[in-house]
Amino acid sequence: MVVTGLTDEAPVVRMRGIGKQFLGNAVLRDVDLDLHPGEVHALVGENGAGKSTLMKILAGVHRPDSGSVELGGSEATFGSPREAQAAGISIVHQEFNLLGDRTVAENVYLGREPVRRGQVDRRRMEADTAELLDGLGERGISPRTPVRRLAVAQRQVVEIVKALSTDARVLAMDEPTAALADHEVELLYGLVKRLRQRGIAILYVSHRLREVFDLSQRITVLKDGEPVTSTATAELTPDQLVRHMVGRPLDALFPDRAAESETGAVRLAVRGGGNARLAGIDLELRAGEIVGLAGLQGAGRSAVARAICGVDPFATGTLELEGRPVTIGSPRSAIRHGIAFVTEDRKGEGLALRQSVRDNALLVRRAAFGRARGLGALDLAALLRSVTLVARGPGQEVRYLSGGNQQKVVLAKWLAVEPRVLVVDEPTRGIDVGAKKAVYDLLRGLARGGVAILMISSELPELIGMSDRVLVMHEGRLAGELPAGPSEEAVMTLATGHTTVEAA
Amino acid sequence: MTETLPATGKTRRIRLADGTGPVLAVLAVLLVALAFAGPAYSEPAGYLALLKRAAPLMILAIGQYFVIVSGGFDLSVGSLVTAEVVIAARLIDGDEGATVWVIPLLLATGALVGLVNGLITTRLLVPSFIVTLGMLLVLDGAVFLWTGGSPRGALSEAFRVVGREGFEVPLLGAVPWSVLLLAALVVAAVVFMRGGTGRTLVAIGDNETSVLLGGGRVERLRTLAFVLSGVSAAIAAILLGGFAGVSAQVGDGLEFRVITAVVLGGVVLGGGRGSVVAAMAGALTLEALFSLLNLLGVAGGLESAVQGVIIIAAVAYASVGRIPFRTRRST
Repeated sequence: MVVTGLTDEAPVVRMRGIGKQFLGNAVLRDVDLDLHPGEVHALVGENGAGKSTLMKILAGVHRPDSGSVELGGSEATFGSPREAQAAGISIVHQEFNLLGDRTVAENVYLGREPVRRGQVDRRRMEADTAELLDGLGERGISPRTPVRRLAVAQRQVVEIVKALSTDARVLAMDEPTAALADHEVELLYGLVKRLRQRGIAILYVSHRLREVFDLSQRITVLKDGEPVTSTATAELTPDQLVRHMVGRPLDALFPDRAAESETGAVRLAVRGGGNARLAGIDLELRAGEIVGLAGLQGAGRSAVARAICGVDPFATGTLELEGRPVTIGSPRSAIRHGIAFVTEDRKGEGLALRQSVRDNALLVRRAAFGRARGLGALDLAALLRSVTLVARGPGQEVRYLSGGNQQKVVLAKWLAVEPRVLVVDEPTRGIDVGAKKAVYDLLRGLARGGVAILMISSELPELIGMSDRVLVMHEGRLAGELPAGPSEEAVMTLATGHTTVEAA
Repeated sequence: MTETLPATGKTRRIRLADGTGPVLAVLAVLLVALAFAGPAYSEPAGYLALLKRAAPLMILAIGQYFVIVSGGFDLSVGSLVTAEVVIAARLIDGDEGATVWVIPLLLATGALVGLVNGLITTRLLVPSFIVTLGMLLVLDGAVFLWTGGSPRGALSEAFRVVGREGFEVPLLGAVPWSVLLLAALVVAAVVFMRGGTGRTLVAIGDNETSVLLGGGRVERLRTLAFVLSGVSAAIAAILLGGFAGVSAQVGDGLEFRVITAVVLGGVVLGGGRGSVVAAMAGALTLEALFSLLNLLGVAGGLESAVQGVIIIAAVAYASVGRIPFRTRRST
C-alpha cells in the first residue's frame, strides 16, 4: 500500500455539486470531486453508481445539469470531448481504440498527424512519440512497431501515450487493468507512478480493490449517484471501503463452505488428461463441493475448463462421470452428459446480445436438446427469480442489462438444463459487488443442491473465500492441492512453481 | 439491486415481432394509396390480385429470411427459379400425367441446391455471398446450355392451376390458390420461428459461438436455412411458372428483389435480428409499391432504381436507428 500525504497544492480540477439526469432519472446528485496534480484519485462504486457518468462529464461527453467544473481555478464548460482534450483532460477507455495494422506513432497521432508540405511528417510524429514513451520510461516500444505486434500491456501504454500526447494535465482511466494479465498490472503500476511524478492528476475508476489501495491517495465512493465518502486512502481499510460501497463487510460476501456431510460421491474424475496445452491432469469433483482452480494467467486454468466441457477436448487420458468412463468430444456431448460451462468471455461466448432474456435463458435447452429433451418442464419465471435477475421483463434484450444481470442470464441458461457438473470461468469478472454476492450465493446454493462445481478466478480472495478445496496450476500441469481457506502465499507459491506439493 | 422484479410479463402486449412496425405502416399507406390510384382496388378482388402477384416473392422472402437471419445471403434463388421453370417445362412437355412426379422433383432439386450452398458455406468456409453468387452463375450457365436461350417444352394445365386459378369464397369472390398456399406457408414459418429451432437460428446470426458452446449444431442449422431457401425458390417457381408461363428470364433479378424485400422488412443483414412476418410484409410492400408506380404511369424501367434506393435507405435506417441515443448507465 502506498501511503503518501495528500498534496496541499490547489486542485487542478474542482467539480462542485454535479448533478445529472437521464430521461428523468437522476444518475448523479450533488457530487464534489477534486483532482490534485500528482495524485491518483480513485472513484469506486457498484455498477450504475454513476462513475462513468461523472467521468464523462469531466471529459466533456456529457454536460452536467447542475453544478460546476473548474479547471485550474476558472470555470470550464466543455461542449465536446475535443474541447476537454484541448483543455488538457484525456480519457483512457476500458476498451482499446487502436488500429492494429498501424504503427504506434500513427495510432498516437491518429486524426491529428503533424503535416509538412502537405504530407504527414512521419519523422516528427515518430520522434515525438519516442519522446513521450521515453518520458514514461517505456523504452521497449518502438514508435514504428505495428500495434498488433504489441502485448496487451504495451497497447495499454500506447493508449496512455495517446492520451498524454495532447499535453494532458488530467488523465481519467476507466478500468485500465480490465484487459491486463496479472503480471502486466505491475507494469501499469510503474507507469502510474511516473505519471504522478510528472504532476498529472489521475482519476482512476476500478472494481479491483487491491489496485485502488495500491495506487490511490484519495478515494471517493459513489452509491446510487450520490457521494458516500471522500477520504484519504490511508485512512480506509478494504473492509470499510466495501461497507461504504455495499453496506456490508467483505467476509460477509462469501457464503459458508460445505460441511463434511454435504460432500458426496465423486461426480467427475479426470485421469491423466492432456492435450496441446495440458499434461497429466488428475482431478476429482465431488457432488456438493466447490473446487477452486488457481494459477497464473496462461497456466492452463481455462484450458482445463475447456477440455472438460468439450470445447478443446482432452486428447489423452480418461474422463469419468459418476464412475463411468465417457467421451466428451464437443460442447454438445458435454452438455448432454450434464456438464455446464460458464465461459470467461461473457459477451463473446456467453450471450446472444441482441436476443431477449427469454431466448438467452432457453438457448442451451433449445440448442443442445431436441424435442425429446429428457428434461422436466421449465418454469422460466421461477428460473429467472432464482438467479435474482433484475430486468424489465423476459422480452428485454440482454445487451441493455448491466454486466451483473447479464451474468445472471448466463447462469440461468445453464441452470435451465439442470447440470450436475458446473464449470465457471471468472464468473464475477467486471460485475459489481452486489452482483458478485448474488453469484456467490447462487453457486453455493447449487452446490448444496448436489452440483459439483469447478471455479476459476483470478481474484484470489474470491477463490479462497468460495472454494472447499483449491487446485493450483503451473504451466499446464496441476502443481498441487490445498485444503479450504489457504493463504494467498500458499497459492502463489504453487502457482509460481517454487515447490511442488503432492496432493494433500 | 436487492429487490427482484418479477421477470414475468403479466401484461403482455400484443406484439407481432420486433421491427415489424415501420414496414407495416409503409404497407398500410401504400394500400390506401392504391385504393385512390386505381379503381381495381375498390373491392377485395383487387387486393387478392395483388396478393397473388406478390405470393412468389413473399414465399421467396420466407426462405431468404432464414438465410439472412442466421448470418448469410442467398443470391442463387433467382437463377434457381428460372432453372426450375425450365426443367418443369422440359420434363412435363404438355403431359398432364407427368405433373404428379415433376412437382416433388422440383422441390427436391431446390432442396439439393440449398444443401450444396449450405454445405460449401459451412464445411468449406466459403462466405455464403460468394458460394451463392457462384451458384447463380452455374445455374445461369446450365440453363443457357440446356435450352440454348429459348426453353423448350410446355407446362401442363394441372401444373399451372396453383399459380393461375382460384376457388370461390362467399363475399371475397375468387380466391387464388396461391394465396391459400401462401397463407399456409406463413403459418408454418411463424410456428417454426417461435419454436426452439427457429429461435436458435436467430441466435446463430447474433452470436454463433454462444450457440456452439451451448451445444447447438450450428453447421447443420445454417445448412438447413439454405435448404429451406432452395425449397422456397422451388415453390416460387411453381407459382411463377403457372402465373407467367415458361421463359428463360422468369427469375431474373429475383435474388436482389427478395433481398430488398427482406431488408425492407427490417431484417438486419448479418443476422440476429428481424421477424419472418416482417420479411414477408417487406415483399408485399415492394409489390404494392411497384403496382402503385405502375398505376401512376411511372416507367417500368424505374423499378430497379426504386429497388436500389429502398435497399440503401432501409439498411441506413436500420443502422442509424440502432445507434443507442440513450446513454447507458453502466459504469
